[in-house]
Amino acid sequence: MAIDMENIGFRYPGNPDMSFSGLSLKIPKGERFGLFGPNGAGKTTLISLMTGLLSPETGAVKLLGRDLNAHSKEVNKLFGFVPQDFSFYQELSPVENLQFFGAWAGLNKRNIQLRTDELLTILGLNDVRDKQVAKFSGGMKRRVNLAIGVIHNPEILFLDEPTVGVDVQTGHAIINYLLELNKQGTTLIYTSHQLSEAEELCEHIALLDDRQIIAQDDLHQLLKDHNMENLEALFLNLTGKEYRN
Amino acid sequence: MFKLKAAIIKDFRILLRDRVGILLMFVMPIILVVVVTSIQSSTFDLVNRNKLPLLVCNRDTGQASKQLVAAIGKVGMFRVYNLPANENEKLIADSMHQKDAMLGVIIPANFSVKVKAKANNVAGKALKSFGLQGDSVKQTGYVDPLTIYYNPVLQEQIRLSVQGAIRSAMQLVESRETLRSLYFSINEKPMPEKMEDEMLSNQTKINEKPVSRDGAAITPNATQHNVPAWTIFAMFFIIMSLGGSVVREKVSGSFIRLKTLPTNYVVGLLSKQVTYLVVALLQAAVIFSMGIWLFPFIGLAPLNLPGDLPALFIVTIACGWCAVSYAICVGVFSQTQEQSNGFGAVSIVILASVGGLMVPSFAMQGLFKSAADLSPMHWCLQAYYTLFLEGGRLKDVVGNIIPLVIITLLLQGATLWGLKRKNLI
Repeated sequence: MAIDMENIGFRYPGNPDMSFSGLSLKIPKGERFGLFGPNGAGKTTLISLMTGLLSPETGAVKLLGRDLNAHSKEVNKLFGFVPQDFSFYQELSPVENLQFFGAWAGLNKRNIQLRTDELLTILGLNDVRDKQVAKFSGGMKRRVNLAIGVIHNPEILFLDEPTVGVDVQTGHAIINYLLELNKQGTTLIYTSHQLSEAEELCEHIALLDDRQIIAQDDLHQLLKDHNMENLEALFLNLTGKEYRN
Repeated sequence: MFKLKAAIIKDFRILLRDRVGILLMFVMPIILVVVVTSIQSSTFDLVNRNKLPLLVCNRDTGQASKQLVAAIGKVGMFRVYNLPANENEKLIADSMHQKDAMLGVIIPANFSVKVKAKANNVAGKALKSFGLQGDSVKQTGYVDPLTIYYNPVLQEQIRLSVQGAIRSAMQLVESRETLRSLYFSINEKPMPEKMEDEMLSNQTKINEKPVSRDGAAITPNATQHNVPAWTIFAMFFIIMSLGGSVVREKVSGSFIRLKTLPTNYVVGLLSKQVTYLVVALLQAAVIFSMGIWLFPFIGLAPLNLPGDLPALFIVTIACGWCAVSYAICVGVFSQTQEQSNGFGAVSIVILASVGGLMVPSFAMQGLFKSAADLSPMHWCLQAYYTLFLEGGRLKDVVGNIIPLVIITLLLQGATLWGLKRKNLI
C-alpha cells in the first residue's frame, strides 16, 4: 500500500470536536487517487495527516509500509508535496529554488543539477531558469511549484490544487506530466475543485463530506453505481447543493 | 553539511535581493552613528568650547553687581549681553522666544548693598570668634536671590552646569567683599588691590587623567563613546530584517514544504544564524571603518580601535550572535511581520535604554540598575567600553562575555521550545 490509514482520530488543539474519528483509508501503490469534497469537508486536514504535517490523536498512518510518525524524516524522502500555495522563495530563480529544495530533499549536488535541467526542460521553464520567480505569471509559478515537489523523484506525490488559476495550456501540460509520472510508478494523491480535470487524471476517488468518507471506489464504477454522467454530477448528488463554509 | 551550505547560500541570496532590509541593516545605523555622534559632539562643544548666550539685566548700581557680571564673563561659559536696567522680565522672555538667548539673569536692585551687608556680617562673626570686636552681627546676612530664566529646551545637565558656574561667580564676589570687610576691620584701611587679586585668583589647577587599564592616556570623546554603543544598536537592529524573514518563512507556503522534507528546520535556523552573524560582523566592520576613516573628514574625532583586536573580534561575535538569537526568537514567537517589526523595534529601544546606550548605567537608580543586567546590550556595551575606553584586554571582558553567552543560550532554548510547542520542529 502507498497509504495506509487505520482508525485515525484527530482534533485540532483547543477544539473539543473531533475532525476525524475512526477514519480508515487505503491507497494502493501506483494509483492515481483523487480526494474531493466541498469546502470544510476535511481534505486539507486529511492530506496534512498523510504528509505528517499533523499528527493523529489515535491510529497510525503508514506510507509504503513505514509508520509516518515513528520515522517521519526518513519517510519524508518517499513522498513529494505540491501545496496549493506557492511554496518556494519568490526572491530566487527556479534554479536557485531547486538547488535549495533538492539539497533539503536529500539529493547530492550532481543529482540536483541533472534533475534541475530535466525538470526545467519538461516543464518549459528553461528560458527563465535564472530569472526571479516573483516576476513570473501564475502558470509559470505553478510549474515551479510542481518541479520542486518532484525534484527528488518521490514514490508518492501529494498534489493540492496543482492547477488552480492557470490557463488551459498550462493545466493540460501539468496533467500530462502527472500522467507521465504515474506511468513511471509514482502514486498520485490529488485534490482539487476542478472536477473535469480530476476526471481526466484520477482512476480512483474518495468523496469527503463533513469530515467523513461518504464514497470511495473506482471512478467509473462510482459513476455507474449512482447512474451519473460525470464527476460533477456525482459530487452534487452525494454532497448536495447547499453553500458550505 | 551540504544542506546547511545550501541553506546559507539561499539565505544570502534572499538577503542580497532585499534592498530595504540591507538599507535598514547598514545605511540606517550608519546614519544613526554619524548623526548621534555629531549631535553629542556639538553639545559637548556648545558647553565646553562655544559660549551660551546669556542676557544680564543688572538693576543694581553698586560695585558688587558689576563684579558679578565681570566674574560671570570670566567663567568662559557665557557670551554676556547686558540689558538696560529698566527692562522688564517680558523682554527677557521675548528674547528667549526669539532664540536670541537661552538664559537670562536679573540682578536685584539692592544686590551690592545686601552683599556688602552679608560680608560685614560674616566678617564680624569671624572677628568675634578671633576675640576681636565686631559690630556686624547686628546687620542682616541675607542677599536676595538671583533669578535665572532659561529656555525650557535647555537640558537639565546644561542648566545645572550654568547654575554651578553662576554660583561660582557669586561666591567670588561674596568672598571678595568678605575679605575687604575683614581687612578693613583689622587694618582700618582698604585692602590693596594686588593682595586682593592674589588671594582670590590663586586657584589650584585641576588635572584630568582617564584611568585606563593599559596605562594609555587617551581622552574619551563622543566618537569613542558613540561608535561602539550604536554599533551594538545596529547589530540588534537586524531584527527588522531577520525577525521578519523568520515570520515570512513561517507563514508562507515554503515552510509547509520545508516541514515535509527530510531535513530538520533547526538546520534552517542554524543557516540564518550563520548568515546574519556575518551581516552583524560586516555592520561592525563598516561602522568602525567609518569611525576611523570617515569621521575625521566630517569634523568628528576619529575612532581609536582597542589594542587587543582579537578581543574586539570575540566581543563582536558574542554581541552579533546574541542579536541574531534575539531576532530569531522574536520571529518564532510572532504571528505576523507587523508583530515582529513592531515588537522588535520597541523592545530594542527599551533594551538599549535599560542597557545604558542612552543613559549611562551608573546613573540609573534602583530597579533600572538591576534591570540593566538583564539587557544583553548592557553586557555588550560594558565589554566594548572596557576595550575602547579603558584599554582593556580579553581577560578584562570575560566577565561581560559570559552573561552575554548565557542570555544567548537562553534565547536559543526559548526559540527551540517555541518551535516545538508550535509543532514546527
